[in-house]
Amino acid sequence: MTGAAADRLVAETGVPGLAGVPAPVALTGRTHWLKRLLRRPAAVVALVVIAGFVVTAVFAPWIAPQDPLAASFSEVRKPPSAAHWFGTDEIGRDIASRVVFGARASLLAGVVSVLISLAIGVPAGLLAGYAGGAIDMLLSRLTDALLACPFLILAIALSAFLGPSLTNAMIAIGISATPAFVRLARGTTLAVKAEDFVLAARAIGNAPWRIALRHVLPNIVPPLLVQATLAIAAAVIAEASLSFLGLGQQPPQPSWGSMLNTAKDYLDNAPWMALWPGLSIFLLVLSFNLVGDGLRDALDPREA
Amino acid sequence: MLTFVARRIATIVPTLVFVSMLIFGLQQLLPGDPAKVLAGEEQDPAVIAHLRATMHLDKPLPIRYLYWMRGVLHGDLGESQRSQQPVTTLIAEKLPVTLELACLAIIIALAIGIPAGVVAAVKRGSAWDYGASVFALWGLSTPNFWLGIMLILLFSVTLGWLPASGYVSPFENLRENLAAMIMPAFVLGNAIAAVLMRHTRSAMLQVLSQEYVRTARAKGVSERAVILQHALRNALIPIITLGALEFGTLLSGAVLTEQVFTIPGFGKLIVDAVFNRDYAVVQGVVLVTATAYIVLNFAADVAYAFVNPRIRLR
Repeated sequence: MTGAAADRLVAETGVPGLAGVPAPVALTGRTHWLKRLLRRPAAVVALVVIAGFVVTAVFAPWIAPQDPLAASFSEVRKPPSAAHWFGTDEIGRDIASRVVFGARASLLAGVVSVLISLAIGVPAGLLAGYAGGAIDMLLSRLTDALLACPFLILAIALSAFLGPSLTNAMIAIGISATPAFVRLARGTTLAVKAEDFVLAARAIGNAPWRIALRHVLPNIVPPLLVQATLAIAAAVIAEASLSFLGLGQQPPQPSWGSMLNTAKDYLDNAPWMALWPGLSIFLLVLSFNLVGDGLRDALDPREA
Repeated sequence: MLTFVARRIATIVPTLVFVSMLIFGLQQLLPGDPAKVLAGEEQDPAVIAHLRATMHLDKPLPIRYLYWMRGVLHGDLGESQRSQQPVTTLIAEKLPVTLELACLAIIIALAIGIPAGVVAAVKRGSAWDYGASVFALWGLSTPNFWLGIMLILLFSVTLGWLPASGYVSPFENLRENLAAMIMPAFVLGNAIAAVLMRHTRSAMLQVLSQEYVRTARAKGVSERAVILQHALRNALIPIITLGALEFGTLLSGAVLTEQVFTIPGFGKLIVDAVFNRDYAVVQGVVLVTATAYIVLNFAADVAYAFVNPRIRLR
């Protein structure tokens, strides 16, 4: 894929930072790229932050100071204090506890929706790139059609028709993000297919599916990994956006997006309600973007 | 050039057909029988049968698609179940509001993104470059609805300088219109500025390493003229065409921004339609945005090929 094509991909998918996705690198570079990644301070800090969020999400019941659903009408909209570090919300729930539990919805949505995109996008892209001909034509046009619908608008439409829930939001985000993976997998497959070792594998009589899975697939993993990391960042924002619109996690279950939607109505007298959920989304998304950028540089053969 | 345009049109048509199939297919995800939903509480079999016939629900799926498509091609996107107005009327009513917001956002994005990208490329590796990449990361990682809320908190609630909501038509009162639009336009332009800055930086770096730039410097052209007249003018070509593709980001962002600032535009239309279960409106909005995106994409490609003949030969 040329640089311009990669840039176009970013522009079309709205997935940031995809420009200059590295050309496939040999598998033997595995230890090297991990080491190169860990040599980048920003990426290491970001990894630590992500690990912190994962721990928070997994151990939420032990970390949260209070029950995230327990309303208390004597404690309505109280500013941050020793008892409630982040303050309380419009029905007296502890915001710190809700932010802690909200990490679950965001991380789950980020990871699950990208897994959905990978599960559909990679086989489709591999098939289109490797088989070529009419199959490629059909899959490429289908991808173009999906790409033509703006990411969030498609996700909104899908979750509208599927019905509002966190599960449906993850499906909607996953499907909306799929075409970027199909394109990337197809493009890199085309590049790898032209390599001599694929020709050699074909010459000694390997079956096409075997060549695609054993020889091509491992070589298209690095760019997909970069794309997947950046797509998690986009998916976290998308889940927060859908929840903000009321199409994701349903109340009273906490989600950063829906907390912001409520907070918007109390900016006059409870501005702290809007601060923490937004800051958490920002921090988590920033970390995934930084790791994605770091991975891209670490996997770039030109940097080796 | 004509061959190039013809070839691009040949790929657009099947894409448009697929888009229409996808959008038509969305309604198949809905549970239940639409005729029974519309028939009300009595569930009179005669009424249901009549509705099924008028809505072509008694026909097989491909035939229903063709009926729907015939309507679309005649400019009939159906009727809003809530307001009983044609979907096209609703869209035509809301579109100008979003277009104004989008234009202002693009102006802001260009005003921030291009100078920042040029400076970052020219002073590569300096504190400016570092600052610009921090800005880009910030722009890409901040959820724009949160940025909007924070701006309202600062400029409307705390300082009281700008209204938090309340859209006024520019034909009524331009001053008030701009006062209400400046924050949402900034929120929307911010993320695109980050993308534009990245594109500008890489395009400038590429152009600055070209031989003609070295020649210009060698013959004594001032550095300012080299950067602005020789380098930027050439770097702008990919920036503008790539910028055109940010249209999708713009519309997605507009949905949230309009929600935060209660602006009665396209984005608010689709969100309200979702909550009113007004599916014809949802379909119409998606169809219009997707078609606009494809046409814009095509125009960008043609423009790119027009200024860069090498593209046409691919």
